[in-house]
Amino acid sequence: MAHTTEKKGTFLEEVIEATPDGERLVHCLQCGSCGGSCPSGAEMQYTPRTLIAMINAGDRDAVLAANTMWACVSCYLCTTRCPQNIPITDIIYTLKRMSIAEGRYSKTDAPAMAKTFTDFVEMFGRSYEIGLAIGYHAFKRWKPIELMKMGPMGIKMLLRRRMAFIPSKIRQIDQLRAIIKKAKELSAKEQQEAKALRQPTHGH
Amino acid sequence: MKYAYYPGCSAECNAVAYEHSVREVADLLGIKLQTIDDWNCCGATEYFSQDELTACAVIARNLALVEPQLQQLVAPCAACYLNLKKTDKLMADHPDIGAKVNECLAAGGLNYQPGRVRVRHMLDVIVDDIGETAVRDKVVHPLKGLRLAPYYGCQVVRPIEAGDGTEYPMKMDRLLGWLGAEVVDYPAKAHCCGGHMTQISEPQAFELIRRLLYSAEQAKADIIACMCPMCQLNMDGYQGRVNSYFGTDYRLPIIYFTQIVGLAFGIEPKKLGFGKELVAAMPVLKAKMNGQLATSLG
Repeated sequence: MAHTTEKKGTFLEEVIEATPDGERLVHCLQCGSCGGSCPSGAEMQYTPRTLIAMINAGDRDAVLAANTMWACVSCYLCTTRCPQNIPITDIIYTLKRMSIAEGRYSKTDAPAMAKTFTDFVEMFGRSYEIGLAIGYHAFKRWKPIELMKMGPMGIKMLLRRRMAFIPSKIRQIDQLRAIIKKAKELSAKEQQEAKALRQPTHGH
Repeated sequence: MKYAYYPGCSAECNAVAYEHSVREVADLLGIKLQTIDDWNCCGATEYFSQDELTACAVIARNLALVEPQLQQLVAPCAACYLNLKKTDKLMADHPDIGAKVNECLAAGGLNYQPGRVRVRHMLDVIVDDIGETAVRDKVVHPLKGLRLAPYYGCQVVRPIEAGDGTEYPMKMDRLLGWLGAEVVDYPAKAHCCGGHMTQISEPQAFELIRRLLYSAEQAKADIIACMCPMCQLNMDGYQGRVNSYFGTDYRLPIIYFTQIVGLAFGIEPKKLGFGKELVAAMPVLKAKMNGQLATSLG
């Protein structure tokens, strides 16, 4: 298609490349069904519709610094309502990954939450709720007060045995770690290639 | 019928009521669930935010571990369900992704042929595979007089449509109707509970939870029946915090749909995990139900 060759190396091309079925992005009509459907639209600096326009305009820095991705709750309403079948939620995931990889986010603890969660998965092969709560709120987030606010609920959960101190662990953790190591290697290689393709940003 | 079974991390502790009631109800309906040996966490949404290939590879390990003689995999948690289904679909629709995921799996001596395993949610299995007649046959305590609000959440009905629509699903409505309950019609039944947002922005998360409680209460629901541990935790565990935040006084018990099914089937409430919820369901059940069930509840 003409537009893809012409846009090689642009931010639009980069997002398309990094998102399964991302090529649908060029068909956006700017109808606003996504933003209108979004339960978190009011929290967003830019609704998905605006964000797509900004991707088209190559406004890479502003898009990756936007709070839109961190307000997204992955409910997929935008995706299923899009008349052009654009995988909007998946595009948001792509932007989250780019923003985290380049440290462009601010005023959100979502990346710290994600990292704490997956660190436990890599440690035990299972999620670990108490570890996540303490590790994330008290250490990654440096907001022990948040942990205290959760206290009364936590105690009720403990009394009902809905929380366990001892984490569950899978037997073949080495196998899982080998799989994850390989995946991270392949992804790092791809990120390097994508970076090499990227056009230098002008201005600022 | 025999299915592979993926419990998910919540089943081990936080959502033990779901796990127990799924097993009890499955036993009674002749659904054989064979747990995937040494299954691992699906990563929820947290890997997809960081690295897509790692997300898929972590999930695909579970698909690869499904025993070769089993073709269907049941997940009770909405997030696990979507992750497993989405990864299978991504690998099938995009052979390049499939090849890369298999390259990762190979590092652990595993392989997965996309499309080999059909991922199902527990609700679909009960409604579609078991069906109305068999379910009605098992009802010993019809739930007459109980107003139930079915809550579907997001990740089972979207984005991968499984024959029940993405906007206004009806499967749980039908199932609860077969049990004799009054099924409440309310607009928020497939709206979002906020997922992990309680951990990131409480004001944003609490507003999403409030909308659900408001909508169900407006429809005069006695209890909300849900089908995902995250939804249950958000609406039940955080209900007190939501009330203090907004100055509201919601007291809506949030129960897994399998607990309700089990109750109608005459399974002992304790075996179904009743009492694990923070907003107690038993007082409501006893007050609203008359006749045999109320007596059997003690």
